[in-house]
Amino acid sequence: MRITHEIVEKNKGTKGLSLIGIKRRGDFIARRIAEKVRESEGKRLPMGALDITLYRDDLQLVAEMPIIEETDITFDINDKIVILVDDVLFTGRTVRAAIEEILDFGRPRLIQLAVLIDRGHRELPIQADYVGKKIQTAKNEIVDVYIKEFDGEDRVVIHKMGKKTILDKEKMRIKIAKEQRPQIKQLTITDDV
Amino acid sequence: MNPKKDLLGIEDLTSKEISQYLDQADKFLEVLERPIPIVPALRGKTILTLFFEPSTRTQISFSIAAKRLSADVVSFATATSSVKKGETLLDTARNIEAMKVDGVVVRHPASGAAKFLADRLEAFVINAGDGTHEHPTQALLDIMTMRRYFGHLKDLSILIVGDITHSRVARSNIFGLKALGLNVAICAPVTLIPIGIEKLGVEVFYNLDDIIGSFDVVMVLRIQLERQEVGLFPSVREYRNLYGLTMERMKKMKPRSVIMHPGPINRGLEIDPEVADSPKSLILEQVKNGVAMRMAILFIHAGGKIE
Repeated sequence: MRITHEIVEKNKGTKGLSLIGIKRRGDFIARRIAEKVRESEGKRLPMGALDITLYRDDLQLVAEMPIIEETDITFDINDKIVILVDDVLFTGRTVRAAIEEILDFGRPRLIQLAVLIDRGHRELPIQADYVGKKIQTAKNEIVDVYIKEFDGEDRVVIHKMGKKTILDKEKMRIKIAKEQRPQIKQLTITDDV
Repeated sequence: MNPKKDLLGIEDLTSKEISQYLDQADKFLEVLERPIPIVPALRGKTILTLFFEPSTRTQISFSIAAKRLSADVVSFATATSSVKKGETLLDTARNIEAMKVDGVVVRHPASGAAKFLADRLEAFVINAGDGTHEHPTQALLDIMTMRRYFGHLKDLSILIVGDITHSRVARSNIFGLKALGLNVAICAPVTLIPIGIEKLGVEVFYNLDDIIGSFDVVMVLRIQLERQEVGLFPSVREYRNLYGLTMERMKKMKPRSVIMHPGPINRGLEIDPEVADSPKSLILEQVKNGVAMRMAILFIHAGGKIE
């Protein structure tokens, strides 16, 4: 609930608010936020989903052929407050691509960024307005967020290249617990959305 | 999955690879509906369209597709068919290499011309029709159009009517549809059916009226009048009477069946005007889907790094 509350509080209500999730998991997190807004404010927010593959700046660097998903923004974003939602904020390049894509759909009054996890190591001057949990990571570590609607369970996993660590999560409240292996951290995400 | 460097023919593709093109093309249709239908995916890439045969639809379709992806497009077209294969094409290849383009879309009257270039270029090569060999991008957009219309490809039966011998569109479609496990038949005068075509797994018919009622898709091929000097059928009028898709024949077709044609159409010859303009006709749908399919093809071959 925390992120949802912060969004409503910071924008002084739900007027003009809309949510756009970055595929694929940000999309589901955005839907949860929309659900919470509906529960607490009784308001249904316009929702969209963004696939940023075609706006990536590293297409030439990825070895595996990226698969394009559909971008789905059916409402008019002009003059709206767009809350951009993603699972993990890392280098900031995905957010940069998402902003560029959104601007090709119109001119929102304001774009804000909400992320479940901020893991640091920015390569661009981009900051989130709403953060579920800030965590310390090494740059070569990998943070995977699993979302029930997509992966069958809520979970955050931090692992070194090749070595996998499992973090449990329940209902989106974030807690960190160390596991037996030193580099293993466990996150529980409950009501932070 | 990483693609091959080039797209030269459907014969080389597995059903999985074909499906990948179809899936991606569906996604690109959405880009074309956006307020600004341009994405920066291929910014900084240069695509050369090299057409040694006249074409409007295919060349424009590729140019629009490349521009929608923010690639730079350079077009070279020659209506002269006197370009000698081999020597001249080799020179062309060397020039292309020297100019450092990233991709080449080529149409050429000689079968194998696209492969000839592909073997000599670092740039990826997309075959936009080579002689009577293949026209893979057309077949992919045709199959995409069928799948979008029916919502699936399962158990569809397709009838191809017309000059099969000279049609690279027919060949590519047969390869693709058979790879996907579909039921394909052809119908034409015996002089327009290549020897040994049954080996590709297609049924051959000579009487259109007997069979037109049992197919989901009737694909009509253009009668290539420029090839009729040798007299492969007695007259254009006789061809129309026996094989033309007239209103009368259309009425015999299955209820939910559709008509396709790769274009350009000869109205009143292989297809009657009112048939081409009827709700059963997907001809303009094919053209629309063609841009999305070519975006997918360019993106797949230019976008990812090929290892």
